[in-house]
Amino acid sequence: MRTEAIAPLRAAHRPHAVSRWVAESAVPVLAVVGAILVVWMVATYVLNVTVQRDALDRAGTPYTAGELFLATYTMERPILPSPHQVAQELWKTTVGTPITSKRSLVYHGWITLSSTLVGFGIGTLLGIGLAVLIVHSRTLDKSLMPWIVSSQTIPILAIAPMIVVVANALGVTGLLPKAFISTYLSFFPVAVGMVTGLRSPDRLHLDLMRTYTATSSQVFWKLRLPAAVPFLFTSMKVGIAASLVGAIVAELPTGAVAGLGARLLAGSYYGQTVQIWSALFAAALMAAVLVAIVGMLDRIVRQRMGIRS
Amino acid sequence: MTEARSSTRPSVIDARGLSLTFTTADGPVHALSNVDLTIEKGDFVSFIGPSGCGKTTLLRVIADLERQTAGTITVNGTSPEKARLDRAYGYVFQAPALYPWRSIASNVALPLEIMGLPKAERLRRVQKNLALVNLAGFEKKFPWQLSGGMQQRASIARALAVEPDLLLMDEPFGALDEIVRDHLNEQLLQLWAKTEKTVVFVTHSIPEAVYLSTKIVVMSPRPGRIHDIVESDLPRGPRPLDIRETPEFLKIAHRVREGLRAGHSYAD
Ligand SMILES: Nc1ncnc2c1ncn2[C@@H]1O[C@H](COP(=O)(O)OP(=O)(O)OP(=O)(O)O)[C@@H](O)[C@H]1O
Ligand SMILES: [Mg+2]
Repeated sequence: MRTEAIAPLRAAHRPHAVSRWVAESAVPVLAVVGAILVVWMVATYVLNVTVQRDALDRAGTPYTAGELFLATYTMERPILPSPHQVAQELWKTTVGTPITSKRSLVYHGWITLSSTLVGFGIGTLLGIGLAVLIVHSRTLDKSLMPWIVSSQTIPILAIAPMIVVVANALGVTGLLPKAFISTYLSFFPVAVGMVTGLRSPDRLHLDLMRTYTATSSQVFWKLRLPAAVPFLFTSMKVGIAASLVGAIVAELPTGAVAGLGARLLAGSYYGQTVQIWSALFAAALMAAVLVAIVGMLDRIVRQRMGIRS
Repeated sequence: MTEARSSTRPSVIDARGLSLTFTTADGPVHALSNVDLTIEKGDFVSFIGPSGCGKTTLLRVIADLERQTAGTITVNGTSPEKARLDRAYGYVFQAPALYPWRSIASNVALPLEIMGLPKAERLRRVQKNLALVNLAGFEKKFPWQLSGGMQQRASIARALAVEPDLLLMDEPFGALDEIVRDHLNEQLLQLWAKTEKTVVFVTHSIPEAVYLSTKIVVMSPRPGRIHDIVESDLPRGPRPLDIRETPEFLKIAHRVREGLRAGHSYAD
């Protein structure tokens, strides 16, 4: 019997991870970024041109169409700032400002990030815990699931101030009230994803455990949990993005003085559109990095588990 | 049609008037109807019959994965549930059912972990049984890196590793090529002869059934029932592969084929 003589063809020709990443991800991403920039530049001109023309008319000095065109990209308070204005502001408030300063975007970003991470951590644990309870008890499935679903139909903007006020009244201040709102948003996708994941083993895999007379804790650790891992990471990607949104939203109606949400709020008070947009970009960038980190963890765990990706 | 054969061996499986009807959205499915069957200790029994005649269902009832709707069945003299709780049998499913996140070795070790065997013993049994199905050297591979037939062999090793007295095998060699199949048939027969195991074996192949079995149960569908039980008069114990060319062998094969034909109604 020489059927096994097929020598282990251990991925000898697998391209280097980085070059593969460039080919598979970087090129399409850059193409999309380029398209967005073009649309943005056009929109900047279209949205700003009326205001800028009025301003130039009032100044009284004659101007050419070319000068008007260029001027729409360098306005003090544009309706829509141009990409390079946002980039400049981002650079100035991150690299160009000491991180201890109240004007540093890194400082504000860290405030938001820390409550995002704490809230996400609690939310993930809560979500997993609820899922385990739901999968192991029909009663809890029937009684908990409707509450979990309806919890997400309440607008977060409406309950965020209440959570903060109640938490403050109970003496919980600082990071935690904000983190609770991240928890509120992130436990849901994790709970739903984990319930699906823990129920994903097919009948044959469960029957196998039954023939071994495995206890339900053995079935959980050796079958349900490993089967749920891909579902967990998918829902964690949603959960971490929702956590960030939660942290920012928590800063908006509560008069927070620090954090990306506070920057957005202050920017809109004073008509600082450049500041608003750079805070938005910082938030988007942070979300992308956080999701990418979860994605990387996902890949590492899958590789460890030997699951073909 | 069972020959009244006085036997001193205890019966491992005893089914009387066993029926199982599935209730489905489009009405009842009579998977098993009035099955009487005795399997004695040390028997090698094959179920053969057309697709859908209830072979898998009968095996699942024995394994307490399905409950009959009428009739009685005992396994090792007790209820199938008690037998399952005693880990009385090893089951090879029709599909490999390997866990994709476990390597081949760790898949074979799964039941041993659940039984709480010490690590050294687990390792010994994994090595031994992977070698038995010619998968030595594939311990660290994951299921997706193996062909379907190799996966099926790994699942056989997993069932053998439990070292059960009763082996329930649902078309274990269905996905294998003829040569590998011959080889594993020989191995299985040797193992059975050596260990006095009781084997219940599902197959679609007449030569395989006749080569392996001491008793061949011919089943027919709609409703699933036993059409004929053929007792083999070939010698018990290891049989050479070329026994398949002897007149005795062909006579039994002929009777099985006739049984299959008669039970196979093309009318519906
Ligand atoms: N869980 C179930 N629910 C409803 N019907 C079922 C179920 N399991 C099996 N059946 C039906 O019972 C009958 C017998 O099925 P079974 O799987 O035992 O056949 P089989 O003899 O093993 O066939 P094959 O040779 O194709 O494996 C079939 O008609 C099948 O559709
Ligand atoms: Mg079957």
